Amino acid sequence: MATTEEIRAQLAELVNEVAGVPVEDVQLDKSFVDDLDVDSLAMVEILVGCEEKFGVTIPDEESKNLKTVGDAVAYIEAHS
Amino acid sequence: MSLKASTGAPFARILSVGSATPSRVIDNDYLCQFIDSSDEWITQRTGIKERRWVGEGENIETLSVAAATSAIERSGVPLDQIDAVIVATISHYEQTPALAPKLAHQLGLGDAAAYDISAACAGFSYGLAQGEAMIRGGQATYVLLVAGETISDITDPTDRSTAFLFGDGAGAVVLGPSETNGIGPVVWGSDGGQYDAIRMNHTIGSGVKAGVFPTIQMDGQAVFKWATGYIAKAARRCLDEAGISPEELDVFIPHQANNRITDTLLRYLKLPEKVVVARTITHLGNNSAATIPMAMDALLTSGEAKSGQTALIIGFGAGLVYAGQVITLP
Repeated sequence: MATTEEIRAQLAELVNEVAGVPVEDVQLDKSFVDDLDVDSLAMVEILVGCEEKFGVTIPDEESKNLKTVGDAVAYIEAHS
Repeated sequence: MSLKASTGAPFARILSVGSATPSRVIDNDYLCQFIDSSDEWITQRTGIKERRWVGEGENIETLSVAAATSAIERSGVPLDQIDAVIVATISHYEQTPALAPKLAHQLGLGDAAAYDISAACAGFSYGLAQGEAMIRGGQATYVLLVAGETISDITDPTDRSTAFLFGDGAGAVVLGPSETNGIGPVVWGSDGGQYDAIRMNHTIGSGVKAGVFPTIQMDGQAVFKWATGYIAKAARRCLDEAGISPEELDVFIPHQANNRITDTLLRYLKLPEKVVVARTITHLGNNSAATIPMAMDALLTSGEAKSGQTALIIGFGAGLVYAGQVITLP
């Protein structure tokens, strides 16, 4: 079982790859849209990447609730 | 009694490609008269700077004839030897007859089998799969495959999510028998559960009652998710089925619905730097079924791609449907 920090680090790599956000900026309290300037298409791509990387399924109605990096990490922890 | 079966060629390949674009250039600023958007926003979200729409005297027939004429001339195949015509389109607005017989007649092809297929942005690869099978199965010796679209006719210029996406145009290829294989196995399928992800706002019937011409609508995020997830995997399967590694690939011509989908496909496929990638969307927009042959012609004409090179093509769109192959460029 990966730790919260390990998941955050892997997610940070993904966010960097997709949206060019520096990995050190991808911290649990950051909002994807408001703090990291991730647009809606990049957000979709990050969630698709999470499904691939962590072997989770993220339904559309659930994805709307994943506003911060911490939300996404918690979801992955609970469902992987 | 025993029935005779048709026998075909060992393999098929694409002999030639041609394309046609309409004359009217529509830039992002023009469209921003009708929608609350900007050149910067459209470019950043889609990669599209401008597209071509049909103008005076131009329509799906004129574009299709021009593309087909170019492909036939380049192939050197005599007109009377082309025995099947497939037209891939979703923008020939007549329930019947199909565009293909009329096109065959205008081109002087005579008694060729001729019909249309409706597979949206995957139409070219669907038609290619059929044409290849017809040649190998002995149903035809030479096949003309035309993809023609004038999606501008069903575009609502005030719809902020689709107004800027589509461009008109046509592309055509001539397929023929070959001693070596030039068309890899098709990887194709559909997901009708997402039937309404790309849809018309009216049926013909309800449109007539409401006094409006039906226009295209799209759930952009659903399509983007499908394209960057499922389609990326399908593209990899095209390579696997053809027995080609990413390193052996020279050219990548995806259907260009959005430049950012292409970016994601590239990241997933991990194609080497040397692979030439079609980016005609920047000045032609999304040409639905015609995108792939139009881009193929553009890359060959500019010299960026060369005859005999190995290319991965994949189309995906309304249905949802998809199809892709590895091919040898004509």
